[in-house]
Amino acid sequence: MAYGEKMAIEADGLRKRYGETVALDGLDLAVPAGSVCGVLGPNGAGKTTAVRVLATLARVDAGRAVVAGVDVGRDPAGVRRRIGLVGQHAAVDEALSGRANLVLFGRLLHLGVSRARARAEELLERFDLEDAADRSVSGYSGGMRRRLDLAAGLMVAPDVLFLDEPTTGLDPRSRLEVWEAVRGLAAEGTTVLLTTQYLEEADRLADRIAVVDGGRVVAEGTPAELKDALAGDWIEVVVRDADDVVAAAALLARISGVAPEVDTLRVSAPVRDRMGALAAVIGELDAEDVSLRRPTLDEVFLELTR
Amino acid sequence: MSLRWVFADTWTLTLRALSHWARQPFVALVGFLFPVLVLVMFAYLLRGGYGDDYPELLVPGMLALTTVFGLETTMTAVVTDAQRGITDRFRSLPMAGAAVVSGRAVADLLHAVLGLVVLMACGWAIGWRVHGGVLDALAAVGLLVLLRFSLIWMGVFLGLVAGRPEAVSAVQILVWPLGFLSIAFTDPGSMPGWLGTVAEWNPLSSTVAATRELFGNPGWESQSWVAEHAVLMAVVWPLVLTAIFFPLAVARYRSAA
Ligand SMILES: Nc1ncnc2c1ncn2[C@@H]1O[C@H](COP(=O)(O)OP(=O)(O)OP(=O)(O)O)[C@@H](O)[C@H]1O
Ligand SMILES: [Mg+2]
Repeated sequence: MAYGEKMAIEADGLRKRYGETVALDGLDLAVPAGSVCGVLGPNGAGKTTAVRVLATLARVDAGRAVVAGVDVGRDPAGVRRRIGLVGQHAAVDEALSGRANLVLFGRLLHLGVSRARARAEELLERFDLEDAADRSVSGYSGGMRRRLDLAAGLMVAPDVLFLDEPTTGLDPRSRLEVWEAVRGLAAEGTTVLLTTQYLEEADRLADRIAVVDGGRVVAEGTPAELKDALAGDWIEVVVRDADDVVAAAALLARISGVAPEVDTLRVSAPVRDRMGALAAVIGELDAEDVSLRRPTLDEVFLELTR
Repeated sequence: MSLRWVFADTWTLTLRALSHWARQPFVALVGFLFPVLVLVMFAYLLRGGYGDDYPELLVPGMLALTTVFGLETTMTAVVTDAQRGITDRFRSLPMAGAAVVSGRAVADLLHAVLGLVVLMACGWAIGWRVHGGVLDALAAVGLLVLLRFSLIWMGVFLGLVAGRPEAVSAVQILVWPLGFLSIAFTDPGSMPGWLGTVAEWNPLSSTVAATRELFGNPGWESQSWVAEHAVLMAVVWPLVLTAIFFPLAVARYRSAA
């Protein structure tokens, strides 16, 4: 499929090992141009490795990736002209001021000094760093550093932007700013691939989500599709006192076939036969409350990466 | 990538390195004063049986040793950037890849020249003199800068390979035996036979002998081939080091892990 028609990122069977560790185990990914793709996965799933491969920082052992229409292995320089990357750990110059950092990266992006300066001002304001703009970064807090790092990644609007856990460690207000910035970029046509540990973030921001575990994509789709695809609804039972929890858990385990989630007096599990499950619970337990509900993305995630 | 961008990006990164020193003048100052301290220590405390012309013998050795200390300056900068993820960020930018290394090189050479000037001024103050012509003296400085140039690539390569600050400390320590297993401070004739030969073939020794010759300073008596061809070897050694480490450094920078 040619770029322009549809896909901004296409990865095909990416494999990568570090010694004995398999970081990518046949990862496939297709991200339509102009969309936001959320890559979700537990620690060590291979998210960072996938981003580094797509951003030309790491080479794969096998497989092929095309980003913005350019083959990552064959023309890495061509890919770099079309992408932006904000890595998992803030990569800013500690010895320089925040402003000097942005101007530096702007100049290296060939913006020209005056445009780099103007853009730096804009971003310092947007990420609430104006007051600290002339202080050296070594005195910044973790969140400030992260915001500066993101600002550096947004100096130009690339065709494809990779954000590796962009909001980890940010306060809620800064997180909203980042979300706003990502939505703005997407509206202007930038394709965004972001990895995240926050399901809420993927739910709110991403058009499509790829759940990665053990170096491969274990599920892919819109947030709604993922919730649907997974075991349909959940049954949730609230028991009267702690002694009943064991019995409720045993019953739900029998009905759903998987170990239920227990949260103090609340026991829940995915079910297929909604009415049968409801009848069984009402018949066998003296519960405070029984209900059927859609799974949360957290549950989908835990289920998929179990 | 057009040549124009290679130059523009090199300059941008040179300015970046210079502004590091401007923002941390104390660090830069200590870097310049350390060799001066060593020089003064040698000149007044470790003089031994040498006469009044000891500074004449000492200063060229110290200039070369300072040049070798520069390896650590380059390595530290490279390791710091790699650890902070700056190197990766540069790699992901559409900038000229060569500029990352060449910007480092230009900045480090400026730093080295400034360091040499400071040390020569201090040498002058304790009695070191240039007896040859101005051109010869400039040629001597040129040879020192050439040695420093070759060590940039070695520093970039070692920094990228090691990637950890501990490695810099190791190099920091290893530089000393390398510096003393040379003709910089000791007569190779006074060393056990094979050790004397090793010392004479030390690349540092060729630069020391050549600069002594060009500054018109006294040196050790030696009839060995390297000693007689000091200026030639002071050019050849850095070129050999550059031929080895330049491609290694560039390949290492380009290669994605
Ligand atoms: N440079 C490396 N050397 C050795 N092993 C590595 C390297 N990079 C990644 N790995 C291993 O590859 C696997 C995938 O790591 P990766 O960093 O891609 O995970 P991740 O999904 O980004 O995790 P996290 O959520 O913790 O950031 C892990 O087991 C990790 O230990
Ligand atoms: Mg990661």
